Amino acid sequence: MDQIKYIAPELSLLCFALIIIMVDLFISNKKALAILAVAGALVSAFFVLMLWNGQAAEAFYRTIAIDQFGLFFKLLILAATALVILASNGYVAKFERFQGEFYALLMLSAVGLMLLVSAINLITIFVALELSSISLYVLVSFLKDKKSSEAGLKYLILGSVASAILLYGMALVFGMTGNTCLTCIADYIKGMPGTSLLQTPALLVGLILIITGFGFKIASVPFQMWVPDVYEGAPTPITAYLSVASKAAGFAVISRILLTAFGVPEWLHNDWAMIIAVLAAVTMTVGNITALLQTNIKRMLGYSSIAQAGYLMVGLAAMGMGSQVDGNVRSGLLFFLLSYTLTNLGAFIAIIAISNKINSDQIDDFTGMGKRAPLLAVALTICMVSLTGLPPTAGLIAKIYIFSGAVDQGLLWLVIIAVINSCISAFYYFKVVKVMWMGEPASADKVTSSWPEWLAIALCCISVVVIGVLPGAFIALTQSASALFGI
Amino acid sequence: MALNLNLLSWIVFLPVIGLIVIALIPRPGQKTVKWIALAAAMASFILSIAVFIMFDRSESAIGQMQFVEKVSWIPAINSFYHLGVDGLSLPLVILMTFLGVVSVLVSWKIQLNPKQYFIWILLLETSILGVFCSLDLILFFLFWELELIPMFFLISIWGSGRKEYAAYKYLIYTLVGSAFMLAGILCVYFITHTFDMTALAGIQIASSFIPLTALFFLLIVGFAIKLPVFPLHTWLPDAHTNAPTAASVILAGALLKMGGYGMIRLCVSMLPQVAVQYAPFMLTLAVIGVIYGAAVTIRQTDLKRLIAYSSVSHMGYVLLGIFALDQVSLVGASFQMFSHGVITGLLFAMVGLVYDKTHTRDLNNLSGLARQMPVIVVVFSIAGLASLGLPGTVGFAAEFITFAGSFASTAVAGMPVFTLIAVLGIVVTSGYILWMLQRVFYGYPLDKYNGVGDADAVEMVSTFSFVAVIMAVGIYPAVLTNVISMGIAPIAKLIGM
Repeated sequence: MDQIKYIAPELSLLCFALIIIMVDLFISNKKALAILAVAGALVSAFFVLMLWNGQAAEAFYRTIAIDQFGLFFKLLILAATALVILASNGYVAKFERFQGEFYALLMLSAVGLMLLVSAINLITIFVALELSSISLYVLVSFLKDKKSSEAGLKYLILGSVASAILLYGMALVFGMTGNTCLTCIADYIKGMPGTSLLQTPALLVGLILIITGFGFKIASVPFQMWVPDVYEGAPTPITAYLSVASKAAGFAVISRILLTAFGVPEWLHNDWAMIIAVLAAVTMTVGNITALLQTNIKRMLGYSSIAQAGYLMVGLAAMGMGSQVDGNVRSGLLFFLLSYTLTNLGAFIAIIAISNKINSDQIDDFTGMGKRAPLLAVALTICMVSLTGLPPTAGLIAKIYIFSGAVDQGLLWLVIIAVINSCISAFYYFKVVKVMWMGEPASADKVTSSWPEWLAIALCCISVVVIGVLPGAFIALTQSASALFGI
Repeated sequence: MALNLNLLSWIVFLPVIGLIVIALIPRPGQKTVKWIALAAAMASFILSIAVFIMFDRSESAIGQMQFVEKVSWIPAINSFYHLGVDGLSLPLVILMTFLGVVSVLVSWKIQLNPKQYFIWILLLETSILGVFCSLDLILFFLFWELELIPMFFLISIWGSGRKEYAAYKYLIYTLVGSAFMLAGILCVYFITHTFDMTALAGIQIASSFIPLTALFFLLIVGFAIKLPVFPLHTWLPDAHTNAPTAASVILAGALLKMGGYGMIRLCVSMLPQVAVQYAPFMLTLAVIGVIYGAAVTIRQTDLKRLIAYSSVSHMGYVLLGIFALDQVSLVGASFQMFSHGVITGLLFAMVGLVYDKTHTRDLNNLSGLARQMPVIVVVFSIAGLASLGLPGTVGFAAEFITFAGSFASTAVAGMPVFTLIAVLGIVVTSGYILWMLQRVFYGYPLDKYNGVGDADAVEMVSTFSFVAVIMAVGIYPAVLTNVISMGIAPIAKLIGM
């Protein structure tokens, strides 16, 4: 039982979720639920920090690893959850009933993601993934209008197919290696003769199916089809959550599987790194070019998040590429995720605050927002600048950092594709900036927002700028979090 | 080096302090905003003059960075907050701080949202100063990219005509250039494992990592777009024509110089052999730029567009001087950057004045203005004459040194031919400048301009200060060339000149 402390963050969050459902039955002031939910996230984060300096450990029959890599992602997920809850403050009025359930499901999904990022056994990974996914299926369709229901159904069906594919891949890997624990798989593969994945087709197919399954989660091309519809239909806070927390967890678990189980020998990681590199090139190009055509801001950010997944995969490919990987290469992915999470959340929260008031997600309807809501427009501008990758924001440093790792590993061609893609992305990110500051507003009404929304936006924007100007400490944090992967 | 009060940091960030003050004042009056902006720009200018006076001109300081500040910034990638100036960058720093003051004065009558406007102007100033002072490649790149944001807003909100189109074109062109530059910078890092620009100059870069030629061209694309080198110049007329006056002044005066500065500082200093190898190619582009730019300028009927195209031509001289790769020609190129900055800055300011008074920039609608605006016509003429290189003005000194150096250069075969063709540009320049002055000021007076006034006090202050610089440095160019050659000497040594 002394191992309980290792999952204290998850357990505490789970307890708060259950408490919220209970309390919901008795109180009429639903604002208290949001406060309770944020408190839950903070308590959970406290437990994570307690574990941060402790010994790395494997718990529960080697199914859960307690290491800084997992803890880093838990903090990221908790931060995203708390910010999304703050941002939902004005939004939840759209579903007067079920507010408690909304928060509780969000937290349950966070529990799933937190387990996912520290799981080191294929079965645990699958269970954690489903825990988070099922909550998200419900949350996506929470608005219960036509678009939201369609989004929920689409997400459910495609998500289940992806889970099935993933499970099939895991089954093949289990069949080949006789193990479900990641380190055992690695040990078995090390003992195998061979110099190429092609000599072990079953393992190759298993690996590809696993990449496919998680490719869905991180919205890599060609498994990105669900993104625009689901992003558009889902309640905006959930869209924000999907675009950051679930993506971050997806990247965490895919890097853990690839680097732990398939990290050695060299031919193996070089092979999957090349698959990822090619996928990265296609993903960012497709994401960026389709984003250019969007008129709905949620859809636009949906495609943009596909493109951003492409940049992240550059980091993943770089991790797999080299035989000697230094700290900068390993931590590039983590640092990019940190900056992307804050930036994208900031953007989404500003959009929630604005579009909730004007009842529209059309980019054209944001015209003149610089006059109607100057501070929100400034915040959204900062986030767009950061997403484009311009100073003085986290976005630029993240790009320099992740690309420098890739250049180091000889992926110069991929970096050139990536930087050209950044230029394309300027078109649609700056379109938002342009309409906000240059057009005449449709009405003179001021757009106001509540203080929790303010708090969330301010937290995001300030951190984006601070990371952009003084990234040193944050890079050091991600370096220590990624130290366990030394191929 | 005893006296180090972090002067460079103050110079670079004083405008930012100014913009923060402006941003923090709720609902400031127009006047307050202007005076704060002026104070910030002025303080920065005064400090840069102080640095110029304190600059160590002794023999031992040749090739040394001065006023250096170095603080660890991003330890993980070995990147430092590293500032410093040498003879190459100091004149450009002064040029920018000077233009910073003038651009605030030029914008004195801005009506549309002055608070936001001056915030962008000040941010623009900081970013350009940062580029000239940075000695760390990542810091350099950060400031280089930062400049895009204020410029985008200045053109697209306070501009005229097809302002949004011009702003986008500017944004995308520059981003594409800097994208390649970033790839180049990262390659340099993984070959040499340092971002330190002082250490990089003179290192023998050799690698199997990437062909040096490819590295050279990755780096130079961004600079070539900025300079602008034919055929990458097409963003410039649009941006210039549609930008507000102050932005045009800064754009032509200082921003373009980031390109030339980068070429000398990075491409030539780090890869001298490749620079020598591809010099004929770059020189050909330079000569095309000079002649083509001048030829297109003659045909312009929009005053601003005319000055913009003349910049393409004059930046060709800079490119010529750089890739003649001779000690004297490189000094000339740097000097020409300064000279063009002042002259074209003034020309744009004058066009802005004429436009303010007459509400047109169309040469076909302007005529005989000399009667109405005696001061403006004199200043405009001085600027024009300096632009065509009249002796006694800074334009003459700069062009003369550039051409003399290029003609005599032995680094590249056929240098006299390139130079002789480029010199023809001066002839064409005289043509369009004089013709322009004649059409605007000395033609048949039009009745509709009977009521227009001359420059007012603020406008006189800003324009006369330009004239003072043009004349002073023109009469005694050594005040700058002495400093410049201190920065150029070690670079010329690398090429073996």
